[in-house]
Amino acid sequence: MTKNIILVGVGGQGTILTTKVLSKGLVELGYDVKMSEIHGMSQRGGTVVTQLRYGDKVYAPNIGDHEADLIIAFEKMEALRALPYLKKGGAIITDDREIFPMPVLTGEQEYPEDCLDDLKKVVGDVSLVKAADKATELGNVKAQNICLLGALIKKLGLDGIDWKAIIKETVPAKVVDINLKAFDAGYEMV
Amino acid sequence: MKEKVIMSGNEAIARGAYEAGVGFASAYPGTPSTEILENVAKYPEINSRWANNEKVALEMACGAQAGGLRTLTCMKHVGLNVAADPLMTIAYIGSNGGMLVVTADDPGMHSSQNEQDNRYYSRLGKLIMLEPSDSQECKDFTKLAYELSEKYDLIVLMRVTTRVCHSKSIVTLEDPIPTPCKKYVTDVEKRAMLPAMAIKRHIIVEEQLAKVEEYANNCEINKAEYNDTKVGIITSGISYQHAKEVFGDSVSYLKLGLTNPMPGKLIDEFCEKCDTIHVIEEGEPFIENAVRVRGHECTGKDKITIQGELTAAIVQTSLTDKPLEEGYTVDVKPADRPPVLCAGCPHRGFFYSFTKFRDKVVALGDIGCYGLGVQTPFFGEEMCVCMGGGFSTPIGMDIALKAQGDTRKPMGFLGDSTFFHSGLTSLIDAVHTNSNIILCLLDNSITGMTGHQQNAGTEISLMGKPVKRIDCLDMVMATGIDPERVHVVDPINQKEMDAALKASIENDGLQVIVTRYPCALLKSVIKARGKKHIEVDQDKCVGCKMCMKVACPSLAFKDGKAYVADVANCTGCGLCSQNCKVGAMITVE
Repeated sequence: MTKNIILVGVGGQGTILTTKVLSKGLVELGYDVKMSEIHGMSQRGGTVVTQLRYGDKVYAPNIGDHEADLIIAFEKMEALRALPYLKKGGAIITDDREIFPMPVLTGEQEYPEDCLDDLKKVVGDVSLVKAADKATELGNVKAQNICLLGALIKKLGLDGIDWKAIIKETVPAKVVDINLKAFDAGYEMV
Repeated sequence: MKEKVIMSGNEAIARGAYEAGVGFASAYPGTPSTEILENVAKYPEINSRWANNEKVALEMACGAQAGGLRTLTCMKHVGLNVAADPLMTIAYIGSNGGMLVVTADDPGMHSSQNEQDNRYYSRLGKLIMLEPSDSQECKDFTKLAYELSEKYDLIVLMRVTTRVCHSKSIVTLEDPIPTPCKKYVTDVEKRAMLPAMAIKRHIIVEEQLAKVEEYANNCEINKAEYNDTKVGIITSGISYQHAKEVFGDSVSYLKLGLTNPMPGKLIDEFCEKCDTIHVIEEGEPFIENAVRVRGHECTGKDKITIQGELTAAIVQTSLTDKPLEEGYTVDVKPADRPPVLCAGCPHRGFFYSFTKFRDKVVALGDIGCYGLGVQTPFFGEEMCVCMGGGFSTPIGMDIALKAQGDTRKPMGFLGDSTFFHSGLTSLIDAVHTNSNIILCLLDNSITGMTGHQQNAGTEISLMGKPVKRIDCLDMVMATGIDPERVHVVDPINQKEMDAALKASIENDGLQVIVTRYPCALLKSVIKARGKKHIEVDQDKCVGCKMCMKVACPSLAFKDGKAYVADVANCTGCGLCSQNCKVGAMITVE
């Protein structure tokens, strides 16, 4: 059975690196894996969506509306934006970090402050993981992504391989320690 | 070596080039093709380089392949329009070393100005057309391309799409095939395309294409998969994956990897065996028309949209009654999050200054980061066509505005890489005719939007070697333009920037503004900046929001005061603080 995961965040939050670690691990676990990321203009502070599918045999690399088993959001309003991807019975893991987009900064649009409450009302399985806070506490907000990865691994039950070895070979050498701590912390947060 | 790794389509094409023993690779960056050459450059065996534009890239490769090397040239779909002139004739010259041209199409326009289907170029140009559907095929087809190009003395065009380029799947690595450079032997009849020779070459090209059609009918990459034959699906590229996702093994497939020349006999055979034929393809009815021309009934664009990118869901809803899975909806809507100019971006200074003169000019833009100036709150672009258009469209607009008594002055803008790509020729026209326009060259010392590729204005080449830096200002002056008409400014410094725009509007004739300030994301710029950023003194801030007018993503406003919300990305450029009348914005080092 193919699992469909949507990773969503804002350009610069490290969604793509997270997917890189995740897909390496899934290959090691023996799955067929396809991931799809769109870059280009989306890097300039826009929404970044990465789609990852794994199973015995995966054909299409992208995920359509109502097809995702899990949404993992690095920014809470992005969880709301990604909701159309989620299938009935699917789950959301989200940080409550807020990053205001330009139309909010200029006052033309409002940021939906209470959107997690709205999501919880309709989607049964919503886990809040304060990964950005945890990463800041550990000394670098950029480790937020690996903290969320820890939560994701636990949620999907993807144990059985050395995820930390993959993190070590993927993140820059000087931030390995902080990322390993962030991974452990995230694993305990769901 | 038979290692399995997960790779993007772009990485796999680069790997394929390496395994095929390619000796020369060239490209101009453009999404979604950029990472092909960036990955090729990781193999020191391949002499790889960015060209000033796609035409130059292809012509350099033509020289290298005629000389005997296997060559790779990559570009985005609209880039092939720029390279189309040499391509149509190189097709007659044929190959010595194998020649592969990769076109990365962008259905859905994730980062493009149109969604043209470049498969038509293969018919127009008499090229062998390949369409891989995943990363493994990207590598395999790349290697096959060189065999075909050399065997049939033709050029191969490989069409990939955004979803093939930027999706990752598993690839089995192999060792490179030793491919020494072939000997170059003078052959004027084959390569000097004057009419007398070209007439003869055209005959040969047609003969060779007929041989490739025979091959296409019997090759590994054009393959029928027979299951139940009530429904037969003919498809290619990424659309095959969507079809398999929806129909699995319940229908029969004809998966086409080589679509020009079209494998007519194979199509006939498949259509005769299946009761109903659906053609599933992204973009134009390229395969569908070929099927219909052979007298077979089928569905195609009458069922599946010609627009955008296909998904399994679109295929499912277009061809079956099976409903999609159910999902969730909530009433609350997210705020828009469009891509924006980065904190510290020099273009912000240019566009903010423009807003002070917007009634006096008509702003005509180009392809690059500055295209983001079209949005709120700048609304600083009324037209955007193609690379270089920002320096030519104002010349025509000036004539039209005069014809209707409109006194506004056309103002075109483009960046340094775009200037080298094709802005220079437009500038020469403007200087030559003294057009009454303003041309702004926004020099940020790099090719920005595609992610920092080297260009003629950088000191290091793609392969990390020192190269002669060409100064774009020198190129402007080399046109012989009167120096009084050229304004060189720091765009963040609003006194300088405003003065240059004001003078350019007031002075008659051509005025050129060159803004010089490096991209805020350049590693050297980040290093030089250190921890420099702006802090807002909350006691002094009066909440006038003047600083917010520059629309910097690092600045926010809460409880009646401005503050720097994103300290990590604030560069301390000081564009916002120039607007503060109460001295509340302090630069902290």
